[in-house]
Amino acid sequence: MSDPSEPSQTTSRVSELGGQPHDVSTAAPPDTLTIAGRTLRSRLLLGTGGFPSLELMAEAIAASATELVTVALRRVGVGGSQSRGSLIDVLADAGVELLPNTAGCRTARDAVLTAKLAREAFATDWIKLEVIGDEDTLLPDAPELLRAAEKLVDEGFVVLPYTTDDPVLARRLVDVGCSAVMPLGSPIGSGMGIRNPYNIALIREAVSVPVVLDAGVGTASDATLAMELGCDAVMAASAISRAEDPVRMAHAMRHAVQAGRLARTAGRIPRRHYARASTPDEGLPDF
Amino acid sequence: MILNGEPSEIPAGETVTSVLARLGLESGARGVAVAVDGEVLPRACWETFALAEDARVEVLTAMQGG
Repeated sequence: MSDPSEPSQTTSRVSELGGQPHDVSTAAPPDTLTIAGRTLRSRLLLGTGGFPSLELMAEAIAASATELVTVALRRVGVGGSQSRGSLIDVLADAGVELLPNTAGCRTARDAVLTAKLAREAFATDWIKLEVIGDEDTLLPDAPELLRAAEKLVDEGFVVLPYTTDDPVLARRLVDVGCSAVMPLGSPIGSGMGIRNPYNIALIREAVSVPVVLDAGVGTASDATLAMELGCDAVMAASAISRAEDPVRMAHAMRHAVQAGRLARTAGRIPRRHYARASTPDEGLPDF
Repeated sequence: MILNGEPSEIPAGETVTSVLARLGLESGARGVAVAVDGEVLPRACWETFALAEDARVEVLTAMQGG
Protein backbone atom coordinates (compact mmCIF):
# COMPACT_ATOMS: atom_id res chain seq x y z
CA MET A 1 0.00 0.00 0.00
CA SER A 2 2.88 2.34 -0.54
CA ASP A 3 1.79 5.58 -2.06
CA PRO A 4 3.84 6.47 -5.14
CA SER A 5 3.16 10.16 -4.54
CA GLU A 6 4.97 10.02 -1.20
CA PRO A 7 8.48 11.41 -1.10
CA SER A 8 11.06 8.77 -1.81
CA GLN A 9 13.93 10.65 -3.34
CA THR A 10 17.19 11.00 -1.54
CA THR A 11 19.41 14.00 -1.79
CA SER A 12 22.57 11.97 -1.33
CA ARG A 13 24.48 11.30 -4.53
CA VAL A 14 27.80 9.74 -5.32
CA SER A 15 30.02 11.72 -7.69
CA GLU A 16 30.84 9.84 -10.88
CA LEU A 17 34.36 11.26 -10.86
CA GLY A 18 35.63 10.81 -7.38
CA GLY A 19 33.22 8.31 -5.98
CA GLN A 20 32.86 10.58 -2.96
CA PRO A 21 29.42 11.42 -1.64
CA HIS A 22 28.43 15.02 -1.96
CA ASP A 23 25.31 17.09 -1.44
CA VAL A 24 24.41 14.84 1.43
CA SER A 25 21.45 15.95 3.47
CA THR A 26 20.60 14.08 6.62
CA ALA A 27 17.18 15.71 6.83
CA ALA A 28 14.18 13.56 6.00
CA PRO A 29 12.14 14.71 2.99
CA PRO A 30 9.09 16.81 3.88
CA ASP A 31 6.20 14.60 4.85
CA THR A 32 3.10 15.74 6.68
CA LEU A 33 0.19 14.05 8.37
CA THR A 34 -3.32 15.47 8.28
CA ILE A 35 -5.91 14.54 10.90
CA ALA A 36 -9.34 16.16 10.66
CA GLY A 37 -7.92 19.02 8.61
CA ARG A 38 -4.99 19.74 10.93
CA THR A 39 -1.60 19.26 9.34
CA LEU A 40 1.23 17.93 11.47
CA ARG A 41 4.86 17.87 10.41
CA SER A 42 5.74 15.34 13.08
CA ARG A 43 4.31 11.84 13.10
CA LEU A 44 5.14 11.39 16.76
CA LEU A 45 2.56 12.17 19.42
CA LEU A 46 3.80 12.51 22.97
CA GLY A 47 2.10 11.71 26.24
CA THR A 48 3.00 14.12 29.03
CA GLY A 49 2.52 11.60 31.85
CA GLY A 50 5.34 10.04 33.84
CA PHE A 51 8.05 12.68 33.47
CA PRO A 52 10.01 13.25 36.69
CA SER A 53 9.86 17.02 36.17
CA LEU A 54 8.29 19.62 33.90
CA GLU A 55 11.78 20.70 32.83
CA LEU A 56 12.59 17.23 31.54
CA MET A 57 9.18 17.06 29.87
CA ALA A 58 9.87 20.32 28.03
CA GLU A 59 13.31 19.11 26.93
CA ALA A 60 11.86 15.81 25.73
CA ILE A 61 9.14 17.61 23.79
CA ALA A 62 11.79 19.68 22.04
CA ALA A 63 13.93 16.61 21.33
CA SER A 64 10.97 14.66 19.97
CA ALA A 65 9.87 17.50 17.65
CA THR A 66 6.28 16.52 18.39
CA GLU A 67 3.50 19.01 17.72
CA LEU A 68 0.69 17.27 19.59
CA VAL A 69 0.79 16.17 23.22
CA THR A 70 -1.79 14.60 25.47
CA VAL A 71 -2.95 16.02 28.79
CA ALA A 72 -5.38 14.67 31.37
CA LEU A 73 -7.97 16.34 33.58
CA ARG A 74 -7.91 15.84 37.33
CA ARG A 75 -9.32 17.51 40.41
CA VAL A 76 -7.71 20.76 41.50
CA GLY A 77 -5.87 20.23 44.76
CA VAL A 78 -4.43 16.85 43.86
CA GLY A 79 -0.66 16.95 43.61
CA GLY A 80 -0.29 20.70 44.16
CA SER A 81 -2.00 23.28 41.99
CA GLN A 82 1.27 25.17 41.44
CA SER A 83 2.81 22.48 39.29
CA ARG A 84 -0.41 21.91 37.34
CA GLY A 85 -0.90 25.58 36.71
CA SER A 86 2.51 25.71 35.12
CA LEU A 87 1.93 22.55 33.05
CA ILE A 88 -0.26 24.54 30.67
CA ASP A 89 2.32 27.33 30.56
CA VAL A 90 5.17 24.94 29.85
CA LEU A 91 3.22 23.30 27.02
CA ALA A 92 2.26 26.71 25.61
CA ASP A 93 5.92 27.75 25.67
CA ALA A 94 6.83 24.52 23.90
CA GLY A 95 4.51 25.55 21.06
CA VAL A 96 2.61 22.25 20.99
CA GLU A 97 -1.08 21.64 20.51
CA LEU A 98 -3.00 19.89 23.27
CA LEU A 99 -4.83 16.62 22.85
CA PRO A 100 -6.87 16.12 26.04
CA ASN A 101 -7.64 12.54 27.00
CA THR A 102 -10.33 10.80 29.01
CA ALA A 103 -7.83 8.67 30.92
CA GLY A 104 -9.32 6.94 33.91
CA CYS A 105 -12.87 6.81 32.54
CA ARG A 106 -14.63 3.45 32.85
CA THR A 107 -17.98 4.26 31.26
CA ALA A 108 -19.20 6.05 28.14
CA ARG A 109 -21.05 8.52 30.38
CA ASP A 110 -17.92 9.51 32.30
CA ALA A 111 -15.86 9.73 29.13
CA VAL A 112 -18.40 11.99 27.42
CA LEU A 113 -18.59 14.30 30.44
CA THR A 114 -14.79 14.38 30.72
CA ALA A 115 -14.49 15.24 27.03
CA LYS A 116 -16.94 18.12 27.46
CA LEU A 117 -14.96 19.38 30.46
CA ALA A 118 -11.75 19.12 28.46
CA ARG A 119 -13.32 21.16 25.67
CA GLU A 120 -14.21 23.80 28.25
CA ALA A 121 -10.77 23.72 29.90
CA PHE A 122 -8.56 23.65 26.81
CA ALA A 123 -10.77 25.22 24.14
CA THR A 124 -10.32 22.32 21.74
CA ASP A 125 -12.79 19.92 20.15
CA TRP A 126 -10.13 17.25 19.91
CA ILE A 127 -10.33 14.36 22.33
CA LYS A 128 -8.30 11.22 22.77
CA LEU A 129 -11.07 8.92 23.87
CA GLU A 130 -10.15 6.26 26.40
CA VAL A 131 -12.71 4.02 28.08
CA ILE A 132 -11.00 1.39 30.17
CA GLY A 133 -12.58 -2.00 30.81
CA ASP A 134 -10.02 -3.88 32.88
CA GLU A 135 -7.92 -2.75 35.82
CA ASP A 136 -4.92 -5.01 35.24
CA THR A 137 -4.47 -4.64 31.51
CA LEU A 138 -6.15 -1.23 31.03
CA LEU A 139 -7.62 -2.66 27.83
CA PRO A 140 -10.44 -0.65 26.22
CA ASP A 141 -14.08 -1.52 26.89
CA ALA A 142 -15.26 -1.95 23.31
CA PRO A 143 -19.05 -1.39 23.69
CA GLU A 144 -18.60 1.62 25.97
CA LEU A 145 -15.89 3.03 23.68
CA LEU A 146 -18.09 2.79 20.62
CA ARG A 147 -21.05 4.33 22.47
CA ALA A 148 -18.94 7.23 23.72
CA ALA A 149 -17.37 7.78 20.29
CA GLU A 150 -20.75 8.00 18.59
CA LYS A 151 -22.07 10.44 21.20
CA LEU A 152 -18.97 12.67 21.02
CA VAL A 153 -18.99 12.78 17.23
CA ASP A 154 -22.64 13.86 17.43
CA GLU A 155 -21.58 16.61 19.84
CA GLY A 156 -19.07 17.92 17.32
CA PHE A 157 -15.86 16.47 18.74
CA VAL A 158 -12.87 15.32 16.73
CA VAL A 159 -12.57 11.87 18.25
CA LEU A 160 -9.35 9.85 18.35
CA PRO A 161 -10.20 6.62 20.16
CA TYR A 162 -7.69 4.45 21.98
CA THR A 163 -8.79 1.03 20.82
CA THR A 164 -7.83 -2.62 20.76
CA ASP A 165 -5.94 -4.07 17.79
CA ASP A 166 -9.23 -5.36 16.38
CA PRO A 167 -9.76 -4.30 12.73
CA VAL A 168 -13.52 -4.76 13.00
CA LEU A 169 -13.82 -2.47 16.00
CA ALA A 170 -11.56 0.05 14.25
CA ARG A 171 -13.91 0.05 11.27
CA ARG A 172 -16.94 0.47 13.54
CA LEU A 173 -15.27 3.46 15.20
CA VAL A 174 -14.64 5.05 11.82
CA ASP A 175 -18.21 4.26 10.76
CA VAL A 176 -19.54 6.38 13.65
CA GLY A 177 -17.28 9.24 12.59
CA CYS A 178 -13.96 8.98 14.40
CA SER A 179 -11.21 11.06 12.77
CA ALA A 180 -8.43 8.55 13.46
CA VAL A 181 -8.00 5.28 15.31
CA MET A 182 -5.37 4.62 17.94
CA PRO A 183 -4.90 0.86 18.29
CA LEU A 184 -2.71 -0.49 21.04
CA GLY A 185 0.46 -2.43 20.33
CA SER A 186 0.29 -3.95 23.82
CA PRO A 187 -1.07 -2.75 27.19
CA ILE A 188 -0.46 0.84 28.30
CA GLY A 189 2.93 1.30 29.91
CA SER A 190 3.90 -2.34 29.36
CA GLY A 191 6.66 -1.58 26.86
CA MET A 192 5.96 -4.92 25.18
CA GLY A 193 5.90 -3.46 21.71
CA ILE A 194 3.51 -4.65 19.01
CA ARG A 195 2.21 -8.08 20.02
CA ASN A 196 0.11 -8.57 16.89
CA PRO A 197 1.71 -6.81 13.93
CA TYR A 198 -0.62 -8.65 11.59
CA ASN A 199 -3.68 -6.98 13.15
CA ILE A 200 -2.07 -3.55 13.03
CA ALA A 201 -1.46 -4.03 9.30
CA LEU A 202 -5.05 -5.22 8.88
CA ILE A 203 -6.33 -2.09 10.63
CA ARG A 204 -4.32 0.05 8.20
CA GLU A 205 -6.09 -1.75 5.35
CA ALA A 206 -9.51 -1.63 7.02
CA VAL A 207 -9.90 2.11 7.57
CA SER A 208 -9.36 5.28 5.55
CA VAL A 209 -8.53 7.58 8.49
CA PRO A 210 -5.07 7.93 10.04
CA VAL A 211 -3.93 5.04 12.23
CA VAL A 212 -1.87 6.07 15.25
CA LEU A 213 -0.14 3.25 17.09
CA ASP A 214 -0.86 3.89 20.74
CA ALA A 215 0.34 2.11 23.85
CA GLY A 216 2.95 -0.57 24.29
CA VAL A 217 5.87 1.15 22.60
CA GLY A 218 8.93 0.35 24.68
CA THR A 219 11.83 1.44 22.54
CA ALA A 220 12.68 2.97 19.19
CA SER A 221 12.39 -0.22 17.14
CA ASP A 222 8.76 -0.61 18.22
CA ALA A 223 7.97 2.81 16.78
CA THR A 224 9.81 1.98 13.57
CA LEU A 225 7.90 -1.28 13.20
CA ALA A 226 4.60 0.53 13.66
CA MET A 227 5.46 2.90 10.82
CA GLU A 228 6.72 0.06 8.62
CA LEU A 229 3.40 -1.70 9.16
CA GLY A 230 1.70 1.35 7.70
CA CYS A 231 0.71 3.35 10.74
CA ASP A 232 0.49 7.06 10.04
CA ALA A 233 1.88 8.08 13.42
CA VAL A 234 3.02 6.74 16.76
CA MET A 235 2.08 7.88 20.22
CA ALA A 236 4.67 7.39 22.94
CA ALA A 237 4.37 8.24 26.60
CA SER A 238 6.02 5.97 29.17
CA ALA A 239 8.58 4.78 26.64
CA ILE A 240 10.02 8.29 26.72
CA SER A 241 9.02 9.69 30.10
CA ARG A 242 10.12 6.63 32.08
CA ALA A 243 13.30 5.92 30.11
CA GLU A 244 16.53 6.35 32.06
CA ASP A 245 17.28 9.35 29.86
CA PRO A 246 13.92 10.68 28.58
CA VAL A 247 15.45 13.36 26.37
CA ARG A 248 17.75 10.88 24.64
CA MET A 249 14.85 8.49 24.13
CA ALA A 250 12.76 11.34 22.71
CA HIS A 251 15.49 11.89 20.12
CA ALA A 252 15.52 8.18 19.39
CA MET A 253 11.73 8.05 18.92
CA ARG A 254 11.78 11.02 16.58
CA HIS A 255 14.30 9.31 14.33
CA ALA A 256 12.65 5.91 14.70
CA VAL A 257 9.33 7.24 13.44
CA GLN A 258 11.04 8.98 10.51
CA ALA A 259 13.02 5.84 9.69
CA GLY A 260 9.94 3.64 9.73
CA ARG A 261 7.99 6.09 7.62
CA LEU A 262 10.79 6.37 5.07
CA ALA A 263 11.16 2.60 4.91
CA ARG A 264 7.44 2.15 4.48
CA THR A 265 7.21 4.65 1.66
CA ALA A 266 10.45 3.41 0.07
CA GLY A 267 8.89 -0.03 -0.35
CA ARG A 268 10.80 -2.85 1.28
CA ILE A 269 12.06 -5.87 -0.64
CA PRO A 270 9.91 -8.97 -0.45
CA ARG A 271 10.99 -11.65 2.00
CA ARG A 272 12.57 -14.70 0.31
CA HIS A 273 13.19 -18.17 1.59
CA TYR A 274 16.64 -18.45 0.04
CA ALA A 275 19.46 -16.06 -0.68
CA ARG A 276 19.57 -13.86 -3.76
CA ALA A 277 23.03 -12.58 -4.54
CA SER A 278 23.34 -8.85 -4.78
CA THR A 279 26.58 -9.14 -6.74
CA PRO A 280 26.20 -10.42 -10.33
CA ASP A 281 27.87 -13.71 -11.34
CA GLU A 282 28.92 -12.31 -14.75
CA GLY A 283 32.65 -11.63 -14.93
CA LEU A 284 33.45 -13.96 -12.05
CA PRO A 285 37.06 -15.18 -12.56
CA ASP A 286 37.66 -18.89 -12.88
CA PHE A 287 40.65 -19.74 -10.67
CA MET B 1 -22.02 21.09 49.23
CA ILE B 2 -19.49 18.54 48.04
CA LEU B 3 -16.37 20.07 46.49
CA ASN B 4 -14.10 17.64 44.64
CA GLY B 5 -15.48 14.73 46.60
CA GLU B 6 -15.08 16.34 50.03
CA PRO B 7 -17.84 17.89 52.16
CA SER B 8 -17.28 21.63 52.40
CA GLU B 9 -18.57 24.51 54.53
CA ILE B 10 -19.18 26.69 51.49
CA PRO B 11 -22.57 28.38 51.96
CA ALA B 12 -25.44 27.91 49.52
CA GLY B 13 -25.78 30.68 46.96
CA GLU B 14 -22.05 31.13 46.44
CA THR B 15 -21.00 31.53 42.82
CA VAL B 16 -18.57 29.27 41.02
CA THR B 17 -16.20 32.20 40.65
CA SER B 18 -15.93 32.59 44.41
CA VAL B 19 -15.49 28.84 44.91
CA LEU B 20 -12.62 29.00 42.41
CA ALA B 21 -11.15 31.91 44.38
CA ARG B 22 -11.18 29.73 47.52
CA LEU B 23 -9.07 27.25 45.53
CA GLY B 24 -6.68 29.99 44.50
CA LEU B 25 -7.93 30.10 40.92
CA GLU B 26 -8.91 33.16 38.92
CA SER B 27 -12.00 32.78 36.79
CA GLY B 28 -9.89 33.48 33.72
CA ALA B 29 -7.57 30.60 34.63
CA ARG B 30 -6.48 28.54 31.65
CA GLY B 31 -7.00 24.81 31.71
CA VAL B 32 -9.80 24.81 34.29
CA ALA B 33 -13.26 23.29 33.92
CA VAL B 34 -16.19 22.95 36.31
CA ALA B 35 -18.94 20.35 36.57
CA VAL B 36 -21.96 20.77 38.82
CA ASP B 37 -24.12 17.74 39.59
CA GLY B 38 -22.59 15.79 36.75
CA GLU B 39 -23.02 18.47 34.07
CA VAL B 40 -20.49 20.86 32.56
CA LEU B 41 -20.92 24.41 33.75
CA PRO B 42 -19.72 26.68 30.93
CA ARG B 43 -17.20 29.36 31.80
CA ALA B 44 -19.71 32.07 30.86
CA CYS B 45 -21.92 31.00 33.80
CA TRP B 46 -19.23 30.99 36.49
CA GLU B 47 -19.89 34.59 37.60
CA THR B 48 -23.62 34.20 38.00
CA PHE B 49 -24.44 30.57 38.74
CA ALA B 50 -25.39 30.22 42.42
CA LEU B 51 -24.57 26.84 43.89
CA ALA B 52 -27.24 24.95 45.83
CA GLU B 53 -26.64 23.65 49.35
CA ASP B 54 -26.43 20.03 48.16
CA ALA B 55 -24.50 20.77 44.94
CA ARG B 56 -21.76 18.37 43.89
CA VAL B 57 -19.00 20.51 42.42
CA GLU B 58 -15.99 19.21 40.55
CA VAL B 59 -13.20 21.65 39.71
CA LEU B 60 -10.75 20.09 37.27
CA THR B 61 -7.53 21.17 35.67
CA ALA B 62 -4.74 19.93 33.44
CA MET B 63 -2.51 17.18 34.69
CA GLN B 64 0.30 15.32 33.01
CA GLY B 65 -1.11 12.21 31.40
CA GLY B 66 -0.60 9.79 28.54
